[in-house]
Amino acid sequence: MDSVDSAMNEWVAIWMNLILILAVVFAFSAMLSWIERRLLGLWQDRYGPNRVGPFGVLQIVADSIKLLTKEDWIPPFADRAVFVLAPAIVAITTLLAFAVVPIAPGIGVVDLNIGLLFFLAMSSLGVYSIVLGGWASNSKYSLLGGLRAAAQMLSYEVFMGLALMGVVMLAGSFNLRDIVAAQENLWFCVPQILGLATFAVAGIAEARRLPFDLPESENELVAGFHTEYSSMKFGLFFIGEYVGITLISAMIVTLFFGGWLGPLLPPLVWFLFKTFIIVACFILLRAALPRPRYDQLMAYGWKVMLPVTLVNLLITGAVVLSMA
Amino acid sequence: MWNSLKTMWIVFLHMFRRRVTIQYPDEMPNIPPRWRGRIILSRDPDGEERCVACYLCAAACPVDCIALQATEDEHGRRYPEFFRINFSRCIFCGYCEEACPTDAIQLTPDFEMGEYNRKNLVYEKEDLLIDGTGKYPGYNFYRVAGVAIGGKNKGEAENEAPSVDPHSLLP
Repeated sequence: MDSVDSAMNEWVAIWMNLILILAVVFAFSAMLSWIERRLLGLWQDRYGPNRVGPFGVLQIVADSIKLLTKEDWIPPFADRAVFVLAPAIVAITTLLAFAVVPIAPGIGVVDLNIGLLFFLAMSSLGVYSIVLGGWASNSKYSLLGGLRAAAQMLSYEVFMGLALMGVVMLAGSFNLRDIVAAQENLWFCVPQILGLATFAVAGIAEARRLPFDLPESENELVAGFHTEYSSMKFGLFFIGEYVGITLISAMIVTLFFGGWLGPLLPPLVWFLFKTFIIVACFILLRAALPRPRYDQLMAYGWKVMLPVTLVNLLITGAVVLSMA
Repeated sequence: MWNSLKTMWIVFLHMFRRRVTIQYPDEMPNIPPRWRGRIILSRDPDGEERCVACYLCAAACPVDCIALQATEDEHGRRYPEFFRINFSRCIFCGYCEEACPTDAIQLTPDFEMGEYNRKNLVYEKEDLLIDGTGKYPGYNFYRVAGVAIGGKNKGEAENEAPSVDPHSLLP
């Protein structure tokens, strides 16, 4: 009987862990839409949404009610099945990628020994959502947005993986918990500063955030790949985007800023605090920088970022070899 | 790259600037006195209607939102029998105020005129008339104009010499 009981307890613990993480990720991503608007306001000498609830924290509730009660319109010229499927993919892949993020000791969904590869695979799958959404909408703007997304995300994917290989070399593992443990003495943001810079740029491009939001670019493509989307399908794209920002920030923290490591405060608080700082930096980037032209974006990726990543890889490899 | 970082730093420093937003329903914006808002009809210092129903405002109005009918009282003083402004048409251009020869029609710094019912935007004379003189406190049209009106004959206006009888041969 005892073994059954303990097995039960383990199951309960795992499910509690899972549901809590899902709830917190969703809540944080939802709040992020409010946080982003407040921060953008702060940096643009205005207030941002501060009407609904104290300081406007209930803005997301109002937005959700509005989104859910909007007409869920599928254009008659759209490819129906793919059109419905596309927004689900981005939400599912980004949430799945969250499974491997080591939030704190004992908190996390799975402890994969190829956690980093799983994260890269899932974030690459996200591009299907954008491309399929753009294709299935069957309109010029969406198609152009989808095309840009495909080219942009493929070229930035190349050095996104390569930028992380330096971290893997130093830690000697693909397991994210091992990588965090390897930063006990020195965070990887110091020896891997080039890796951090390139991964951050690639991460922003992966999350389709300004200044790399060319698939969306409101002022030339209406809304890019989600021009034809409305109601909660549109909302799902946004959930995907905000979970994506949180994911990239959490990964930057895990890989370069020592994850949950930190003095005095409990590990969970350190992790959340660092993640929030990185998210705020992403939002500052959006507030400050204009969107580059499309050819500039491609040239930047292939001619600047990829060589920098390769140089970083060579140097790290040489150092690791000479130390061994 | 350096430029981008500098831009980000400058934008970050804006966090400590004063907000430019005026949170309108909570705090009122500072509206200049010449703001072209809700239209009123003013009275002269004696408390009489300034409007002489000359139709110039209605003629000047580019959207034809002013309707009025002239009439006279027992002293021969002209005034509007009705005066109606349809504010759902009014574009607040201020041409009526410029056209008015007696400073009767004036635009005020009030803009909070929202209504749920479109009909309520049609203002009648009793809605338009105010008790004061508006922007021109001392001005009294009939006390400076040369016409004879109840209680005031020709030559009795302010700054006016007594009228001369051109048929009299006396010096």
